[in-house]
Amino acid sequence: MRKLALNDEILLKIEKPARYIGNEVNSVMKDPEKVDIRFAMCFPDVYEIGMSHLGIQILYDMFNRRDDVWCERVYSPWIDLDQIMRDEHIPLFALESQDPVREFDFLGITIQYEMCYTNILQVLDLSGIPLHACDRDDSVPIVIGGGPCTYNPEPLAEFFDLFYIGDGETVYGQLLDAYKETKANGGSRKDFLEKAAEIEGIYVPGFYDVSYKEDGTIASFVPVNPHAKSTIQKQMVVNLTDTYYPKAPVVPFIKVTQDRVVLEIQRGCIRGCRFCQAGMLYRPTRERDVETLKQYAYQMLKNTGHEEISLSSLSSSDYSQLKELVTFLIEEFKGEGINISLPSLRIDAFSLDVMGQVQDIRKSSLTFAPEAGSQRMRDVINKGLTEEIILDGAGQAFEGGWNKVKLYFMLGLPTETEEDMKEIAHLADKIARRYYEIPKEERNGKCQITTSTSFFIPKPFTPFQWATMYSNEEYIARAAIVKHEFQEQLNRKSLKYHWHDAEVTVLEGVFARGDRKLSDVILEAYRLGCIYDSWTESFDNEKWMKAFENTGTDIAFYNLRKRDVDEIFPWDFIDIGVTKEFLYQEWQRALKGEVTPNCRVKCSGCGAMRYKGGVCIESKN
Amino acid sequence: MKARIKFRKYGVMRFIGHLDVMRFFQKAMRRAGIPIAFTGGYSPHMIMSFAQPLGVGVTSDGEYLDIELKEEIDALEAVRRLNEVMVEGIEVVNFRRISDEKKNSGMTIVAAASYRVSLLESSRSADITRALPPDWDGKIDAFMNQDSIVVLKKTKRSEMEVDIKPMIYQMREDGEGIYLFLAAGSEQNLKPDLVMAAFMEFIGKDVASVPFHYHRTDVYARQAKDKDTFIPLDAAGVL
Repeated sequence: MRKLALNDEILLKIEKPARYIGNEVNSVMKDPEKVDIRFAMCFPDVYEIGMSHLGIQILYDMFNRRDDVWCERVYSPWIDLDQIMRDEHIPLFALESQDPVREFDFLGITIQYEMCYTNILQVLDLSGIPLHACDRDDSVPIVIGGGPCTYNPEPLAEFFDLFYIGDGETVYGQLLDAYKETKANGGSRKDFLEKAAEIEGIYVPGFYDVSYKEDGTIASFVPVNPHAKSTIQKQMVVNLTDTYYPKAPVVPFIKVTQDRVVLEIQRGCIRGCRFCQAGMLYRPTRERDVETLKQYAYQMLKNTGHEEISLSSLSSSDYSQLKELVTFLIEEFKGEGINISLPSLRIDAFSLDVMGQVQDIRKSSLTFAPEAGSQRMRDVINKGLTEEIILDGAGQAFEGGWNKVKLYFMLGLPTETEEDMKEIAHLADKIARRYYEIPKEERNGKCQITTSTSFFIPKPFTPFQWATMYSNEEYIARAAIVKHEFQEQLNRKSLKYHWHDAEVTVLEGVFARGDRKLSDVILEAYRLGCIYDSWTESFDNEKWMKAFENTGTDIAFYNLRKRDVDEIFPWDFIDIGVTKEFLYQEWQRALKGEVTPNCRVKCSGCGAMRYKGGVCIESKN
Repeated sequence: MKARIKFRKYGVMRFIGHLDVMRFFQKAMRRAGIPIAFTGGYSPHMIMSFAQPLGVGVTSDGEYLDIELKEEIDALEAVRRLNEVMVEGIEVVNFRRISDEKKNSGMTIVAAASYRVSLLESSRSADITRALPPDWDGKIDAFMNQDSIVVLKKTKRSEMEVDIKPMIYQMREDGEGIYLFLAAGSEQNLKPDLVMAAFMEFIGKDVASVPFHYHRTDVYARQAKDKDTFIPLDAAGVL
């Protein structure tokens, strides 16, 4: 029987011991003596969040198909166990073998959002791995970062041995082979890192030197090791159908956020919204073959026993075979008691029809993400959604029996005026008015229009990477304007308004476009006790502010400064295919309120064509 | 058409709570392809009910769930298919057709449960047990010879004094530890840790000073003809 890393006394004292015992259905057990490489794959947040992440399930499956590799999972211990592990000097362990992470060959950490940065330090610290890569010797695992935040890895550069930039399905095989070879030849950590640096998509931050101008911006960013490349090319799976997909994902015992079969129908998005990082990073848009997806649905439901299946993509309505896939899922599985959970689809006759089939209309709500209140602002962000489309969609839905609508907007977008902010409330009110146009006897009581705003954060590799942010106070003032305007509306009793926290926004903004100097702030915040910053109950802004103060780091430099066209950004050494010239051209078009058509309507020459895949070659097939 | 499934819960699965074991079996039914029936409506649910919840940390050789079948399945085949999709720590012991009458459901007929209580060297591990102190045999008799055993039972809303004596059907030393046979079910229900806490108080010891491990050995119903006789649930209402 497996021996657990934690004793009974601890397991019976902490919340949800199931987070730490492994043993789940489809988790992979191997004999550690019979593998060459032990890989610990970590999502630096609590189990229920980490287990809901598709990317780790894909890599876990991919690694474990190799006989010479055993990939296991690691998540952040929750705050209760964190304290116990520190008090009792229990090293962080992997779920499957329950062996200390420190004994592994690799620790791979997926970095999905900025507010997990202190949790990364928690994982390293509890594992007993030196926090700084430069302090590590051959006895500790190679620490790899991957995921969306690695498109600007610089704030974390000092804590990682290497970053993997791009889709995980491509060069991990080469990386693991390079490791085995180095080990067989008795090579050192540095020998391996030099080999790794030669693989496309692998960035070894220790092999680069950054110098700064007097104003704090980057003067030069150059490789100082002959093995390091001056530009790192994003890795991409060109054919999404003929690649890895986990047909038997791990099934948690406890309820997790994503407690269902997930079919990733496509990667990338054709839309080109100017605020959206994923929309640029994952270009070109690539679809998975619908017949393959149908097979996956059968196999995954059978292998997991999940009672729900959902689709995953950035914009499901753009999947060319959506109708066929959704119809298939309903016909095939609805009768088996399987819930079909549909992602936010564009509201039209088809989507209303299928939603009516798979959910209880009275309980469910429709979601629109206009992102901006005024048409002018929507043109700036290139969100091709007009008021007419929204009101038509809502009208059709109301006539079909729905009475709940959720609306998502951003505040603090570039060029935003007070009028643009107020238009958010006006649009919500117009939707309510549309509802009350329906004769009283035909409608379903009152309607409920729930509006949420988050504050816009400029991200690297978007046309808005040159945009200026605002201060905490200014964000709150903007939300107050919207709040006030809501109270002035005719249907205010049917309208609800929520806004996202401004303090977190400021921090996310700093780290999203931050540089190497920020690693000091992250470390200081961690030392002051910051952890689980993405959780409202544990986020402590005062500690963060103190960390900026103690390290002499100026938030304004990162958020409030105007960036020039020729500024060298910390992430400029990464090539995602989409060119900086294209992004700047889009930035200029944004400022003029000019819209750019989506990839299917017209190619705008963003640069992603050089991958020769997906939507770029669709019409040429 | 109904069936009763008996399973064991051991090893690391003792840390999985009752609600999660229910979720586990719902998914296991699908993986095993058991032809289980569903309720109607927008979100159909499997027709499945557990006889008696088991606390976190407790292991068991006799857990039961009843399911409704929509078509016939061979019992041995069902056991085989279920065990193919189990994890280490849950093992299906048997699968028996039971009568369709509602009054025969496991949840309704549960009347008692038996436990083996082991003394542990430390609360850190349920695997390392130690022998009963030699004088406990007599103390158990003295404990059971009391006219009443009044304990403070805490619920979410209130505290009240309860005489648990009538709910302790048997308590004795059994070589490996202590054997308990206690009232269970919806009418009267007594948890083994409450008995051991009362016993420790009776012998004047701090309850925290001796860690126990609880292992449920089986769950019982009263026999239809002779209400004073208890039979294991896999022998009750079976077709």
